[in-house]
Amino acid sequence: MERDRLITVENLVKAFGPKLAVNDVSFSVERGEVLGFLGPNGAGKSTTMRMITGYYPPTSGKITVGGHDMVEDPIAAKRLIGYLPENAPGYADMTVNGFLNFCAELRGLQGDARRRAVHHAVELCFLEGVLYQSIDTLSKGYKHRTCLAQSLIHDPDVLILDEPTDGLDPNQKHEVRGLIKRLGEKKVVIFSTHILEEVAAACSRVIIIDRGRIVANDTPAALAARSPEGRLEDVFREITLPDTVHDHVKPVVAAEVTA
Amino acid sequence: MSATANIKTIMKRELGGYFTSPIAYVFLVIFLLLTGFFTFTIGNFFERGEASLVSFFTWHPWLYLFLVPAVGMRLWSEERRMGTMELLLTMPITNWQAIVGKFLASWLFLALALALTFPVVITVNYFGDPDNGIIFSGYVGSLMLAGAYLAVSCMTSALTRNQVISFILSVLICLFLILAGYTPVTDLLSRFASPVVVDIVAAFSVMTHFEGFQRGVLDTRDVVFFASVIGFMLFTTGVIIRNQRAG
Repeated sequence: MERDRLITVENLVKAFGPKLAVNDVSFSVERGEVLGFLGPNGAGKSTTMRMITGYYPPTSGKITVGGHDMVEDPIAAKRLIGYLPENAPGYADMTVNGFLNFCAELRGLQGDARRRAVHHAVELCFLEGVLYQSIDTLSKGYKHRTCLAQSLIHDPDVLILDEPTDGLDPNQKHEVRGLIKRLGEKKVVIFSTHILEEVAAACSRVIIIDRGRIVANDTPAALAARSPEGRLEDVFREITLPDTVHDHVKPVVAAEVTA
Repeated sequence: MSATANIKTIMKRELGGYFTSPIAYVFLVIFLLLTGFFTFTIGNFFERGEASLVSFFTWHPWLYLFLVPAVGMRLWSEERRMGTMELLLTMPITNWQAIVGKFLASWLFLALALALTFPVVITVNYFGDPDNGIIFSGYVGSLMLAGAYLAVSCMTSALTRNQVISFILSVLICLFLILAGYTPVTDLLSRFASPVVVDIVAAFSVMTHFEGFQRGVLDTRDVVFFASVIGFMLFTTGVIIRNQRAG
């Protein structure tokens, strides 16, 4: 085990019935890296993240987090991970404070250590104003930040964030990107997004997933350089669109033209 | 970090969930009103002229049939609907700690509801001289019965994110557990089946095992029966939760 390689994923496959949601994905991430997951909807980004966090068992393949195999030793592996699931779920009937304390307790934090951890997470995510509000009364942005705070509470080595800026206003997006960048200096951060400028702003490396496969794995700058104009968006479209066009888009376009 | 600490944390949250929403209060009021109504009005508590709680406990299998699934139906379906299941199961805890924690919290809540029926014990002691040992074993039996129904609801709530489906399924299964040993049904069955078959079917029923407690007999076999229904249903819950994610 190399000392800084916190996550390794080897030949990961996830099948739902006959459909391969993730098809032979391999990569590794080292400490100090911020890895952006890009891809069209349904490409397998969330499924991959759910396997790395131990929510979905992989159909085949191997995941190790900090040297612990996620299938054989899930508790040790999960301890190292902070996870923000898609749509930032939270217990609607709990207050923000109650929820964060609950998560801290499940992370094994007790007494003073727990209070300090909750306080720190609340500060990082600017939640002071809503601490005693119940989660179902929160706006989407606050709800999102509450769940983000939960993922940071035990100061994990690995952060896995599924669309961390979804539903945030531009200022909040800017904040979260800054936070990701800062955290990524000492940890591993993997986050998924649809927003291409976010990748350029926050990532040190990008993996583009399309229909369950990795189609690109490079730095944002190197990827952008593949297009004549040096724009990431063009590269993304070129890599992920051609087959989509043939499969779905073209007939529609043709129909529109004839109409 | 230990298993008990995790189970306790989950229990605390789950119990808190009952009391921060109106569910707990609505349930307690309805439960107490219905037990009172069945005991005194339909069960003819006073006309019986006995110093016993027979008319109180007889109704519990039927009362629980609807009330316990109402408590248990949200256990897992709500986690799935809200997406918090993903959060809970990616915490450094095992599935069974989550399952046991949630189950124990709901069982404790039902125990509280049952404990709040204490005025009926005071009443019967005030008017007569009952055998309080029988009353105690009646309460133990009632709690075991509630636990068995609850474990069934726990399992059905893991099956679906829809609480209504979860409720109906668990009522059906609990109804089967009652009817297999309900006297009118066993009488009917004994007309065309051999007594051995009738006994085997009845042995699966909660009624057969519940009645022992009401006579004041704390039989190990009855306790083992309820404990194994609970164990089996919680185990099945675990299998369902694991398989849903296996795809």
